[in-house]
Amino acid sequence: MSLLLALAIGTLVGCGVWLLLRARTFDLVLGLTLLSYGVNLFIFVMGRWKTDAAPIVAAGRAATLADTGDPLPQALVLTAIVISFAMTALLLALALRTHAATGSDHVDGVEPERGAR
Amino acid sequence: MNHWLVAPIVLPLVTGALAALTGTRWPRATAVLSLAATLGFLALSIALVRQAEAGAVQAYLLGNWPARFGIALALDRLAALMLLLTALVALISLLYALAAEHRRGLHFHALFQFQLMGLAGAFLTADLFNLFVFFELLLAASYGLLLHGGAEGRRERLKATVHYMVFNLVGSAVFLVAVGLLYGIAGTLNMADLAVRLAELPPDSRTLAQAAALLLLTVFAVKAALLPLYFWLPDAYASATAPVAALFAIMTKVGVYAIARTTTLMFGSGSGGAEATALVFQPMLPALALATLALAAIGVLASVRLRSLVAYLVVASAGTLLLCIGLATRDSVAAGLFYLVTSTLVAAAWFLVADRIAAARASGDALLRPAALAPRAWAPLGLAFIVAAIAAAGVPPLGSFLGKALLLQAAGRLPGAWAAWTVALVLVSSLAMLMALARAGSSLFWKPGAPAPAAVAGHHRLHVASIVLALGLVVSAALFARPLSAYTDAAATQLFARQAYIAAVLGARSVPPAHDVRREMRERGDAP
Repeated sequence: MSLLLALAIGTLVGCGVWLLLRARTFDLVLGLTLLSYGVNLFIFVMGRWKTDAAPIVAAGRAATLADTGDPLPQALVLTAIVISFAMTALLLALALRTHAATGSDHVDGVEPERGAR
Repeated sequence: MNHWLVAPIVLPLVTGALAALTGTRWPRATAVLSLAATLGFLALSIALVRQAEAGAVQAYLLGNWPARFGIALALDRLAALMLLLTALVALISLLYALAAEHRRGLHFHALFQFQLMGLAGAFLTADLFNLFVFFELLLAASYGLLLHGGAEGRRERLKATVHYMVFNLVGSAVFLVAVGLLYGIAGTLNMADLAVRLAELPPDSRTLAQAAALLLLTVFAVKAALLPLYFWLPDAYASATAPVAALFAIMTKVGVYAIARTTTLMFGSGSGGAEATALVFQPMLPALALATLALAAIGVLASVRLRSLVAYLVVASAGTLLLCIGLATRDSVAAGLFYLVTSTLVAAAWFLVADRIAAARASGDALLRPAALAPRAWAPLGLAFIVAAIAAAGVPPLGSFLGKALLLQAAGRLPGAWAAWTVALVLVSSLAMLMALARAGSSLFWKPGAPAPAAVAGHHRLHVASIVLALGLVVSAALFARPLSAYTDAAATQLFARQAYIAAVLGARSVPPAHDVRREMRERGDAP
C-alpha cells in the first residue's frame, strides 16, 4: 500500500513537473492540476493511512487516533483542493485573456523561433 | 481574550466584500468606503503597536479552540510593526490610486482590501497552514491587482502576471509538501507547538525536519525574491500600475517576515533537533543574500528604464534584509528590522515618483532616450527624486543609511570571513546604487532632448499628497530614529526569546461558554 501510494504521488508530481516545463499555457494548467493532486495525496498520507478505521469518533470507541482516522489531514486536503480549484479557474481565465491579447498560447506571449520550443 | 487582534483581518474582509458589491454601481461611495477602511486599518495597527510595545505576546484563539487544535493568532512587536507598515504603505498607495488609477479597471477597491486582509492575516497568524491560506489570499488579490490598469501596457502585464502566477502556484505546492512533512513528523501545525516538538525530535526524524525546513525556506525565498528565485520580480513590478507597485513594496517583506519568524521560532538555535535544522539554513541563507545583493547592484546599473531600476532597488533591499536575518545574531536582526521600515517606505515612494516622472516626459521613463521634463514639473520632481535617491542609496542622513550602518556595526562583531564579505558587498552595492541613481538623475533632469509633451496632465492633488506622505514618513523615520531603533531592538530581542511566544500561544485559555448547552439539553431531556 505504501509503495502504491508513493508511486502514485511520484507519477503525478513527475508528470506535473514535466508539463510545467513546457512553455504552453494549457500544459501549465494541466501540470499544476496534476501537481496539486500529487501534493494533496501526499498530505493525506502524512496523516498515516489506515484501513477499517472509523472516520469520526463513534459511540463506544476510544477517541484516539488508534481507532479512528486522523481528521486533520482531511481538513487540510479539503482546503487545499478548494484553493487549487479556484486558482486553476483564475489561471484558465488569465490564459484565455493572454491568448486573446497576443494570439499565442506561449507563456511569453510570442511564438519562439522554429526548432526552439 | 483581546478581540482587537482579529480586527485587522475582519475590517478589510468586510470592506472588501462590500466594495465588491457596490464597486460598479456606486464607484464614488466605494472609494470613500475604501479610504475610510484603510484609515481605520491604520488606527487599528497603531493601537496594536501600542499594545505590543508593552512587551507581552498576546494570543487570540479563533473559534475558541485551544491553540493545539484550533488556529491561533499572535501579536508580538514584530507582527505589530509589520501591520503598521502595511497600513502606511496601503494609505500611500490608495491616495495615489484615488487620483485616477482606481477607475482604470473593475473592482480595484475590493482587490485592494482583500490584499490588506491577506497581509494582515499572514503577519498575525501563529499556525503554519493558516499562513499558507493567507498567502494564497494575498496572492489571489495580487494577481488581480497586477492585471489592473488601462489598455496601454496590457500585453506586458498579462505576460508578467502569467509568469508571476505560475511561479507562485508552484511555490504553493512546495509549501503544502513542507506543511505535510512537518505534520507527518510532529503531528501539529501550530508554530509554537511545532517549536516545542521539533526541539524534542528523535534523531531519525531530523533529516526529514531539515528537508521540510529547506522546502519552507524555498517558498519564502520565492516571495522574498532571494537570488535564484527572484526572476519574477523585475517584470512584475515594472509592468504593474504605479499604486499597485507601491503596494507590492510590502509583498516581498511578507517572505522576509516569514523567514524571520520561522528561523527564530521554529528552527531557532534551541536544543536538540531544532539546532540541527537551523544549521541547514546557516551557510546558505546569508550566502544567497549576499549574491542577491551583488546581482541587484548589477541590475540597478544595467537598467534602461526607471521602473526596472526601482524594481532592482527592491531586490537589493530584499537581499540586505535577508542578509540581516541570515546572519542570525540579535544585533543583525535588529538592524534588519530598522532597515525594513525605511526601505519599504522608500520603495513605495520610488514607484510613485517614477510614475510622475514618466508622465511628465515625452519618452516616459526610458533613461536612454533624452527628453525634457515639463517645466512646471521640473523642480518638485527633482526635489522628490533627490530625497528618494538619498534614502534608497544609503547616503547620510536619511533612513536606509542608518539601517546599513547598524548592519555594518552588527557585521563587525561576526566571526571570520562573514564580516569582511558583508561589509564589502553592502558598501559596494550601495556605491553601485548611488552611481546608477546619480546617472539616472542627470539624464532625466539635465540632459536636453525631445520637447516635453504639450498637454501634460497636471499633478493631481492626491498624487502630490501621497508622494509627500511617503517621503515625509521616510524623513521622519530618520528624525525619530532613536525611538524607532529602540522599538526594533526590542522586537529582535523578543524574536529570540521564543519561550514567551510559545508560552503565550500554548497557554491561551479558551473563554468558558456562557451557556453549557449540553447540560441544558440534558436537563430538558432532549439530549441523545
